[in-house]
Amino acid sequence: MTHWPFLSLLIWMSIIGAAPVLLAGDRRPRLARWLALLVALLILAINLAMLPGFNDTTAAMQFTESHMWIRALDVHYALGVDGIAMALILLTTITTVLVIIGAWEVIKTRVHQYMAAMLVLQGFMIGVFAATDALLFYVFFEAQLIPMFIIIGVWGGPRRVYASLKFFLYTFLGSIFMLIGLIYLYSRAGTFDIAALQALPLGMDAQTWLFFAFLLAFAVKIPMVPVHTWLPDAHVEAPTGGSVVLAAVMLKIGAYGLIRFALPVTPDAAQHYAWLVVGLSLIAVIYIGFVALVQEDMKKLVAYSSIAHMGFVTLGLFIVFMLIRSQQGNAAELGMQGAMVQMISHGFVSGALFSCIGVMYDRLHTRQIKDYGGLARVMPWFAAFMVFFAMANVGLPGTSGFVGEFMVILASFAANPWLALLAAFTLVIGAGYTLWLVKRVVWGEPPNAHVAAMPDVNAREALVMAVFAAFVLAIGIWPEPLVRMLDAPVSQLVQTLGHSKL
Amino acid sequence: MISTSILLAIVLAPLLGALLAGLLRKQIGRVGAHSVTILGVGIACGLSLWVFWQLVWGGAAIYNHNIYTWFQIGSIGAHVGFQIDRLSALMMVVVSFVSLMVHIYTVGYMAEDDGYQRFFSYIALFTFFMLMLVMSNNFLQLFFGWEGVGLVSYLLIGFWYKKPSASFAGMKAFVVNRVGDLGFVLGIAAVLYFLGSLSYSQVFAHAPSLVGRSIEIIPGHSWSAATLICILLFIGAMGKSAQVPLHVWLPDSMEGPTPISALIHAATMVTAGVFMVARMSPLFELSTTALSMVLVIGATGAFFLGLIGITQWDIKRVIAYSTLSQLGYMMAALGASAYAAGIFHLMTHAFFKALLFLGAGSVIMSMHHEQDMRYMGGLRRYMPITYFTMWVGALALCGIPPFSGFYSKDAIIDAVGMSHIWGSSYAYWCVLLGVFVTATYTFRMMYLTFHGKEHFRVDQHAGHGHDDDAHHERGVLAHTPHESPWVVTLPLVLLAIPSLLAGMFAVQPLLYGNFFGSAIFVLPAHNVLGEMATHFHGVLPLTLHAVFTAPFWIAIAGIVVSSYVYLFNPGLADTIKRALGPIYRVIDNKFYFDEFYDAVFTRGSVALGRTLWKRADDGVIDGVVVNGSASLVDRVATRARALQSGLLYHYAFAMILGLILLLAGFVFVGRA
Repeated sequence: MTHWPFLSLLIWMSIIGAAPVLLAGDRRPRLARWLALLVALLILAINLAMLPGFNDTTAAMQFTESHMWIRALDVHYALGVDGIAMALILLTTITTVLVIIGAWEVIKTRVHQYMAAMLVLQGFMIGVFAATDALLFYVFFEAQLIPMFIIIGVWGGPRRVYASLKFFLYTFLGSIFMLIGLIYLYSRAGTFDIAALQALPLGMDAQTWLFFAFLLAFAVKIPMVPVHTWLPDAHVEAPTGGSVVLAAVMLKIGAYGLIRFALPVTPDAAQHYAWLVVGLSLIAVIYIGFVALVQEDMKKLVAYSSIAHMGFVTLGLFIVFMLIRSQQGNAAELGMQGAMVQMISHGFVSGALFSCIGVMYDRLHTRQIKDYGGLARVMPWFAAFMVFFAMANVGLPGTSGFVGEFMVILASFAANPWLALLAAFTLVIGAGYTLWLVKRVVWGEPPNAHVAAMPDVNAREALVMAVFAAFVLAIGIWPEPLVRMLDAPVSQLVQTLGHSKL
Repeated sequence: MISTSILLAIVLAPLLGALLAGLLRKQIGRVGAHSVTILGVGIACGLSLWVFWQLVWGGAAIYNHNIYTWFQIGSIGAHVGFQIDRLSALMMVVVSFVSLMVHIYTVGYMAEDDGYQRFFSYIALFTFFMLMLVMSNNFLQLFFGWEGVGLVSYLLIGFWYKKPSASFAGMKAFVVNRVGDLGFVLGIAAVLYFLGSLSYSQVFAHAPSLVGRSIEIIPGHSWSAATLICILLFIGAMGKSAQVPLHVWLPDSMEGPTPISALIHAATMVTAGVFMVARMSPLFELSTTALSMVLVIGATGAFFLGLIGITQWDIKRVIAYSTLSQLGYMMAALGASAYAAGIFHLMTHAFFKALLFLGAGSVIMSMHHEQDMRYMGGLRRYMPITYFTMWVGALALCGIPPFSGFYSKDAIIDAVGMSHIWGSSYAYWCVLLGVFVTATYTFRMMYLTFHGKEHFRVDQHAGHGHDDDAHHERGVLAHTPHESPWVVTLPLVLLAIPSLLAGMFAVQPLLYGNFFGSAIFVLPAHNVLGEMATHFHGVLPLTLHAVFTAPFWIAIAGIVVSSYVYLFNPGLADTIKRALGPIYRVIDNKFYFDEFYDAVFTRGSVALGRTLWKRADDGVIDGVVVNGSASLVDRVATRARALQSGLLYHYAFAMILGLILLLAGFVFVGRA
């Protein structure tokens, strides 16, 4: 099939597009902003242009490209997407546009570098989702740490050095294990082609070692309890745009890694240790829920809430194994779909919530909950958005937050009603921490004159929020288009996981 | 014929009104906001009546179609669609009619409020969600409407968001409801697991297959699948319909403006649980255990929560506890398998309780937002329309023939009396004694408000008591009380009509005429209403026969006691209060539910959260593992640095030592 190398265009236009933005220099921030927006919009347009040619009835990779990269090791520059990768790339390109608009007047120093870093970051993230060669995946996986490290380290808050180092070392530690795992796999298979690695027969011992190597690498990224403590620090110190990208897209890279590697490469080990991941996921939902309840810093609260919501992703992915064991293929697919939809939904909801906090921070330069109050009177439009996104965070039906959680709870019940009960506990605790935040920030009277003088959202901020809201609402009211896009690879993955490699 | 476009118009007209009033509130202004929402809800009401007419008298077939697919994964499909049978049509009429009345009333009640447009937007949005709930043909959409009305309830309870108590009450309502919803979601999951579908028609068609199926919830103990499903679903109903012990949010919801107390927290939303259980009758009929639970919990609320109403001074809270008690009656009816009686009481209650709340709102307006009945009294002279219409509501609430409440409540008491399931004799005593309690608090409220001496005085210089009521002296009004404007009294009159008449006209078809047809399913063994039908000889004999029945005289006894204590001998109440000391305190403190929940759940959660955060997250994971390993590296590196001293003789010494060890190794190992 001959076609445009769409995926390469997405990746490299984004990275190369950063160059003119950088060249705009420190003196011409206006030019840098417009150039960055132009590049981001162009990439979004290319991404959208791929949709008509995308076939959602097959689980096979599409828009594939393959070129020899390192002949000695048989490493290919190989790209391709299925529905799962496509959905995540769309999430990336949409989020990047919003982040660039969101940073417009907010980033005041080194605007050109910030915008360039965002574009480079976008390119690497798309690369992670599009890579069909394991080494290429690893390169992109590590590469995207660098721009994020810079974004937190340069434009971050007072403890940015601690936070960015913690973020970097944590992730790096995990990915070392992945590299070892990949090298072992290469020694067995003689190739880095992910599809070949997935088909590689492996004994139980090898699978177990590999499974834990992958789990460690990706659990840090998601993050799962107990390797989650870098996230609250990173979010608190990161600039708004960094937090949005981190929550909306980067956390999904961890789950995506599990889907591409830990599940299909080591299905028997994953089956054997599913209880462990399910247990950690439920701890994330409940334990983190309680921790979120008592946070005093808004960003920390939303960061902890992110961990709890990502718990549903890992729960959905691993509940599948219990359902396969009890021969409930339909429910297994439901759980897996729930995990996928939850990933996309969390991207929009958490991105929106961090944007909300950014709007407040830009006005008052504090993230402490106790410094706010009465925003419903002061900033009515902002309050409306904030309450709406809070409701999405609470998983209200009609918003995207409901869809994935609902699917995962339904699937968990089929595996074991007690698991469903523990998962559904998020209905109560999630409502508790989210609405308590809303009560203290949005309702009540402004505590002082500074809060009372906060201007409502301007057109630019309203635009960002409205776009987020549109996606949250669209997925909530009609998830079927998203489900269709994900359906073929999801059902194929569930099929694959049902076949033992032993 | 009922067409899809008509049904879509019914739900979308209020939604459109809500969006216009909410998003364009500046552009369309106050008049625009109430016009579009009243028009939207008016369309919904008119078309609902038309649909009801078509179903009951026009011979239209039951409508059951999907509108669009929400998601389809393998064989599991979730859809959005409508099932319009007589049960949903009756609910549509009740909901849209009461909503329309409340919309009109609000024009007067909220006239001076800054949030006028926002309020109309919310109540129209509520109507949309409530209609989606009752018109649904599947569990998913039911839950959508269910949570949607919960959202609007949250927003409306906290409508006056500047008041901390209001925003707290909104949050409390939402979170307590979520406890119920936890059960509800699990119930839906159980339905899908056991019956493989989320659509009503398929689930109910396969319901008989549940018989004999069980699940091991605790190893070694198997539970009947039907019981598990029904109890989980009922937990959802307990949250929304404020049943013991999840009732605590409803009295606090009175922080919201009075029109929504009438619409949401009396007539419609809180009855969603009753509607849901009735809708699920094919499932509940399969589990006597679940029915017993419904019966006992309902009846307990009917009596004990009614008792609290006697001790309250806030006029809205009296009616709120009355609502809790009446919701208990409805649930008890369902538990006794008299689903039709439960829905019948839901309908009559919607009319007379909305009337009472709106009447109370009218009183509160004329009292300049004073709600404490200790500062009222003698108001009948100032507001005759409110006075008369509220008496209609009060008599209906007490179940005095021929007011509507008599027919529905009498049927419930009879049905519970005839039930033979576990707990039915306890329940019977509860619903019977509840009649006394109802009559007592109702007449107490009417006497304290409208009769007796005036407990307020008029002082022209006193300020208006709206939001800043902390600054003005209680019991002092700036103007003499006056009757409310026509937009307020018209809905009172329009609600008084069905409060008086709905019972006598509906009792025969609704209870004994198989009105609901296939919408409600009752096993022959549970068919108490069928048994009662054999004693039914027409409305007039039923009404006249009342004087020979126990509930009637119990109500009269309550009225007599109340009249004696509150009308003729006002000092007596305090004497009784002192004599009953501890019992009074327990009731006055609402059985200490709030204190208990606050101590255990609210503070417990926060304390647990703090401990986990400080001890586990910051202490163990970050303190010991993460930063601990960093400082370990630091310590090791500090020691290791000592080795690299930079002094040549240190290195030379190390090299010689190494050489010796290496040689020694060769010598010893090489030999072996």
